[in-house]
Amino acid sequence: MAVILRFRKLCFQEPSPSSCNEHKRQVTKRDGEKMKENCGSEEDGLRRKGVKEWRCVDSCCWMIGLMCTAWWLLLFLHHCMLASLPGAEPPGARLGRQGVAALHPVVLVPGIVTGGLELWEGRPCSDGLFRQRLWAGSFAEIFKRPMCWLEHLSLDNETGLDPAGIRVRASSGLVAADYFAPGYFVWANLIENLARIGYEEKNMHMAAYDWRLSFQNTELRDQTLSRLKSKIELMYVSNGYKKVVVVPHSMGANYFLHFMKWVEAAGGGGRGWCAKHIKSIMNIGPVFLGVPKSVSSILSAESKDVAFLRAMAPGLLDSEIFRLQALEHVMRVSRTWDSLVSLLPKGGEAVWGNLDWSPEEDHVCDWGTRKYQPQLKAKGNETDGRHSFQVQEPAKFGRIVSFSKTVSSPDATTSSKSNASCGKVKTEYDEVSQETIWKISEERAYSADTLLDLLRSVAPKMMKRAEAHFSHGIADNLSDPKYNHYKYWSNPLETELPEAPDMEIYSLYGVGIPTERSYVYKLSPPGKCRSIPLQIDSSADGSQNGCLKGGVYFVDGDESVPVLSAGFMCAKGWKGKTRFNPSGSATYIREYKHIAPANLLHGRGLESGAHVDIMGNVALIEDVLRVAAGASGVELGGDRIYSDIMKLSEKIKIHL
Amino acid sequence: MPSLRRRRAAAEESARASDPDEKRPELRKPKKQRKWSCLDNCCWFIGCVCVVWWALLFSYNMMPSSFPQYVTEAITGPMPDPPGVKLKKEGLQAKHPVVFVPGIVTGGLELWEGHSCAEGLFRKRLWGGTFGEVYKRPLCWVEHMSLDNETGLDPPGVRVRPVTGLVAADYFAPGYFVWAVLIANLARIGYEEKAMYMAAYDWRLSFQNTEVRDGALSRIKSNIELMVATSGHRAVIIPHSMGVLYFLHFMKWVEAPAPMGGGGGPDWCAKHIKAVMNIGGPLLGVPKAVSGLFSAEGRDIAVARAIAPGVLDKDLFRIQTLQHIMRMTRTWDSTMSMIPKGGETIWGGLDWSPEQGYAASKRKHNTSEPENSTCTEDGNVKQKLKYAHYGRIISFGKDVAEAHSSEIQRIDFRDAVKGNNFANNTCRDVWTEYHDMGISGITAVAEYKAYTAGDLLDLLNYIAPKMMERGSAHFSYGIADNLDDPKYSHYKYWSNPLETRLPNAPDMEIFSMYGIGIPTERAYVYKQVPAADCYIPFQIDTSAVEENVDRCIKDGVFTVDGDETVPVLSAGYMSAKAWRGKTRFNPSGMKTYVRECDHAPPSTLLEGRGTQSGAHVDIMGNFALIEDVMRVAAGATGEELGGDRVYSDIFKWSERIELPL
Repeated sequence: MAVILRFRKLCFQEPSPSSCNEHKRQVTKRDGEKMKENCGSEEDGLRRKGVKEWRCVDSCCWMIGLMCTAWWLLLFLHHCMLASLPGAEPPGARLGRQGVAALHPVVLVPGIVTGGLELWEGRPCSDGLFRQRLWAGSFAEIFKRPMCWLEHLSLDNETGLDPAGIRVRASSGLVAADYFAPGYFVWANLIENLARIGYEEKNMHMAAYDWRLSFQNTELRDQTLSRLKSKIELMYVSNGYKKVVVVPHSMGANYFLHFMKWVEAAGGGGRGWCAKHIKSIMNIGPVFLGVPKSVSSILSAESKDVAFLRAMAPGLLDSEIFRLQALEHVMRVSRTWDSLVSLLPKGGEAVWGNLDWSPEEDHVCDWGTRKYQPQLKAKGNETDGRHSFQVQEPAKFGRIVSFSKTVSSPDATTSSKSNASCGKVKTEYDEVSQETIWKISEERAYSADTLLDLLRSVAPKMMKRAEAHFSHGIADNLSDPKYNHYKYWSNPLETELPEAPDMEIYSLYGVGIPTERSYVYKLSPPGKCRSIPLQIDSSADGSQNGCLKGGVYFVDGDESVPVLSAGFMCAKGWKGKTRFNPSGSATYIREYKHIAPANLLHGRGLESGAHVDIMGNVALIEDVLRVAAGASGVELGGDRIYSDIMKLSEKIKIHL
Repeated sequence: MPSLRRRRAAAEESARASDPDEKRPELRKPKKQRKWSCLDNCCWFIGCVCVVWWALLFSYNMMPSSFPQYVTEAITGPMPDPPGVKLKKEGLQAKHPVVFVPGIVTGGLELWEGHSCAEGLFRKRLWGGTFGEVYKRPLCWVEHMSLDNETGLDPPGVRVRPVTGLVAADYFAPGYFVWAVLIANLARIGYEEKAMYMAAYDWRLSFQNTEVRDGALSRIKSNIELMVATSGHRAVIIPHSMGVLYFLHFMKWVEAPAPMGGGGGPDWCAKHIKAVMNIGGPLLGVPKAVSGLFSAEGRDIAVARAIAPGVLDKDLFRIQTLQHIMRMTRTWDSTMSMIPKGGETIWGGLDWSPEQGYAASKRKHNTSEPENSTCTEDGNVKQKLKYAHYGRIISFGKDVAEAHSSEIQRIDFRDAVKGNNFANNTCRDVWTEYHDMGISGITAVAEYKAYTAGDLLDLLNYIAPKMMERGSAHFSYGIADNLDDPKYSHYKYWSNPLETRLPNAPDMEIFSMYGIGIPTERAYVYKQVPAADCYIPFQIDTSAVEENVDRCIKDGVFTVDGDETVPVLSAGYMSAKAWRGKTRFNPSGMKTYVRECDHAPPSTLLEGRGTQSGAHVDIMGNFALIEDVMRVAAGATGEELGGDRVYSDIFKWSERIELPL
């Protein structure tokens, strides 16, 4: 392509005819051909005015035209190919042929981030966006008016509700979370397969809620819980008194836990509501016990991706260049979202391990060759290669946040940073003194218990707000009347399941993907505008097979939720008749081994185990469909376990 | 890439040709021109178009969103504040939850299960939105939009369901608002989805079937109950067009006992509903429905046929559009809910009609006088007064339409024997019931000459027996003599205001809000068309025109005052008379109000569909109407709005209707 272009340009330079003749005389025999052509075309162009000149603009147009045409052609072929490819039969169609048909109404409860949010009232800068999506969809507004967008997505820092003059509300209906962005499905696959066995909107409901709010506030502001209750009751009655199957995803699992307590305690459903209306709860990738990821996002608005990016291109994210201060903005906005706090690790050291112990301690991190067999001897090869920081021997997953030693001492320059020059991005870190930060890093390591104190000191407002709504402990005595408060309802370790012996609880989650478990932090390099003083130490690396990579310790999980958090409650905390499950509701664990899509044509894969992609996992869809059509957990085959969840659970000693 | 090779080849060729060029330069010229080969030109052209398009798109996107408004204001002067802004300044706030009930046609429908030809359309809109599929696969589309001819429910293997949520009917097509303006204004005073509910239903089905198939009525009940419980205030219902009938049906359904009804108990409406604000409600039906069922035409199609006679005919293009439309629409039970109700008592007989003496041009100048003004004062010697005979909803031939009833010889068609099926094979894919009638049946229909609202039902029963059999199980068009008759507890009477009582809710208010000032179809002049293979044997006779200022008849259609679709009579009569005070149709004496909106067309194109329109759908953007709705939603009563607001002759016409109340 480039050659041709250059050639054409050569042709249309405008040497004067005389020079052309001169050249003709001077050229050697070898170059003759080219030169003559050159001059010839020139003469030709001069002689015949009618012939259009092939100028640069024309070349450009030609190029673009060519590219467009080629693109369309490819697109067309692609469509034809897709249509003619004998793609794998969707599970819905297969089951439909086997006679599986819609029976129980289905309620889908989306998780954090995946639900759409739309604008109902805004500042002047958001003109014309009424009832347009601010979150999910095309995200076009981020690029057009980023500051305005951020302003509208933030909540009030004091109340955790709408700021004055702004109303952003959750989209409703199935469209709320079927696709997150165009082409990026969340629930769409499941919905389509359900439709194939006869589901439609009268027996399928998307319980969309504003995922930024704390759970009780969704009821306070939008009456979301009441709506869900009324919807479930309606579907129960109008589908021939068939109990509903609830399918929560991610944070939706906690949300629905909250709902179940709410509906029996405060929502007017009374005891037995759940037993009467709910057949089973099929939690997909549930975050029952929280995720460590939430810690890093509150602490420094980063996760492994950001840390990785920073390691690759150190300057890019820094505020001095571009003056983007993206992370600061993200932090400022996300800290107004109470729901993040619901994802903090729950259960403290008893579940997540302490400074020296963790349930996953003999986890093997050789992701390439990992087989799902107990490997106990693998301890040895993890120990070498730790140089820059203190953690040693079996990876100390219990230290969810630890500080590396590499940053030596606080220089005076950091403390004298001037706020004025740094623009308007203010995070709560501006109110935290430098000494506190320094003290924090002195502390070295934080377990799930001390972590909360750490967060309280760096994010005082947020934690104050949110701790009125969420609790992260373990109950000693569940009959204590204080546990009637709504802040305990979404913590499975501080509530009893409703009295519903026939209800089934499933935990469906992916395994086989490295999942963030704990972090190595360092103080940020001093800079004029660094307002986030902590960042993940991406230089901290373990041995080749180590669990530590780029400052992050990994364990088994679905990329977001560690196995422990997703599986423990169903594997042990609720199994049989325990104090958390007094009526002995049956629990099942269904794990899905992650198999990456073989090639690009498969998109996000039919056997993926990743946190969101699992919603397209054929096996999972089949399980959900079968249960919706009336099967019980035993008929599905009971537990299906690939990971070490049972062993991990055994190590967690909580009184049941 | 082949084009690239060609270009290179051309260049090399020319290079080679230029080698011996010293001697024969003339040979070189034609070869040089190959440089712009056709393919290159194409590419160049496409490139240009793309670039220009992108540039335009870019500048359009970069344009501040207030720019069009700015231009408008520069030309037409400052726009009035939208009612939402204005009322917010007055301090109005969201109070009562609001329920929208969309009408026929405006609600979106999406595909949930289809035949193989509808591959890839899962949960895509078939109705509403862009209508892209109509062009891409018209037959497939018609197939999926049709219902089963026997049951009036889904055909096997096809599930088309209403879109839910506010998106169901906020815009009908991109840029063509239905409820969007009202929603936006309500949002200004604090409404959001928790207090606004779009009661979307499948408007193709008969009303009771929406409950049978989708549980739509139960959903509305549950949602109203929820919103009333969470907000603590009774709901304000805003039905539009056919939604008015649908909600009438709902109110009876919800109070009826459980197997057939919703089991809400006799005071459900009193507890849950503050006001019903009917917008353009065809309470007594619309004559348009008749022409739609009779020949799948409306005024627009008749006009189109008059202008371009060939386009719609089946032999050209072999499109058979109208036949396809007729076959499809005749499977839709809901169209039958809008057949004129009340028979000759309401709609007039052969020689009288409540609107007689209506003159379009007179209304605005002098509303008190027009008793003697007529449509046709053109010096007809014989008759001193020649009224337009609106009572004859269908007449064959213009002379019949104008003649006195004694001059018309009518031969009863009811017992006429239908001929044999004469077009059995050729018309299979566009089969309409006309093909069962045969020529003799068709002639019999035409011989009856003039049909009043009462005769119409017999006519439809005759020409479309299957459809009417389905329809008569769900709808009734009469007037009740004795409302205590237990037969009236059947659901087929629920959507006919003349055969049901309003619920027992003395505090509830009913508003009839509709546009006036637009000529509205009222009666038709038909002609028989010569027989052909697959055809609809009747057409509106577009040659029937009256050269008169008042122009009550034009292109074969008699028009009266109305909102372009619903005549004033149908929209206003119930609130103006039959429900006013304590009547047998309104035993608890709930208050009724008539609020008319005089039509003022948008002054410039920039105003779009206008803020003072009175047209059937465009009225949803009428500022006066929106203000009324918002005030009521914020707590005002009908008295506080100012009671009735009437421009038309509705009260006078209502007086002429003799109906025991």
